[in-house]
Amino acid sequence: MTKKASVHEPPGAIQIRPAQASDIGQIIALDAEVTGLEKTDYWYELFQRYGASHTRNRLLLVAESGGVLQGFIIGEVRDWEFGSPPCGWVFGVSVRPDARQGGLGARLLEAICEGFRHAGVDKVRTLTAREDSLVLSFFRSQGMMAAPVIALEKDLAEPRA
Amino acid sequence: MKLQKSTRLALFSVLEIAGNPERALSASEIAHKYGASTHHLSKVLRELGRAGIVGSARGVGGGYRFTGNAKRLTLMNVIALFEEIGAVERAAPEGATEVERALATVLSEIDENARATFRSVTLDTMLKLIQFQLRMDNKSAAMEPSR
Repeated sequence: MTKKASVHEPPGAIQIRPAQASDIGQIIALDAEVTGLEKTDYWYELFQRYGASHTRNRLLLVAESGGVLQGFIIGEVRDWEFGSPPCGWVFGVSVRPDARQGGLGARLLEAICEGFRHAGVDKVRTLTAREDSLVLSFFRSQGMMAAPVIALEKDLAEPRA
Repeated sequence: MKLQKSTRLALFSVLEIAGNPERALSASEIAHKYGASTHHLSKVLRELGRAGIVGSARGVGGGYRFTGNAKRLTLMNVIALFEEIGAVERAAPEGATEVERALATVLSEIDENARATFRSVTLDTMLKLIQFQLRMDNKSAAMEPSR
């Protein structure tokens, strides 16, 4: 998850649209700039599933102005995970550091929510690191609340019970 | 999750004051609304004033005004002025039994989530939530059949 939000440019100057193959290089670069990790293979694989051949249930959207990528958001509709009715999941959102504080993150989130609505779901969820206050604050500011789910994990190297 | 009374009064006060930027609010006005003593609330407001979250003016039209940044100030920033969530009672004591340590682990997990939640909610987000709930209340009231 790589979120941060928004833009000093007038919102009208920025177009939000499905990602194209020509965007992948800029997506990789932005993600690397924000996270400090370059994940080239990961993004190419995601693009195959969510970008070029994106379906109604898988969305990779970019915000672009004048050929420059300003941000992106990625998510999908997941069905019946542990009995949960189908809902939209956002698992990545990022905005260029010099394009924040102007509402672009909110526009990207609204755009993917619109995509989820078209896919027939009425709920959107996300999962963020507990320590990532910036991302958590962003989603909170967009009206998102704690979901009735609990994320769990365990170290696979620990002694078996 | 149970916050101490002073902490709750501080949160109520900050939200009331930040939510009414057009006028200054008096300590007695807020105290009355939340069933607290004006004396207690005044002490809470002094602490908020020392932290630069509210400012006060005397005289006609005087009272407390919000002086913080609602988009940056989080619930945790306010809470931390009055209490530390789970810091004392959750730590397993020296020489704790395995049962105490296991319970402390679970309680710490709850505290970590509480802290993360309070850190992630800004005053601005709270004010939006309050407005949203008011709109929902009004919508429900409008849909109720008139008697």
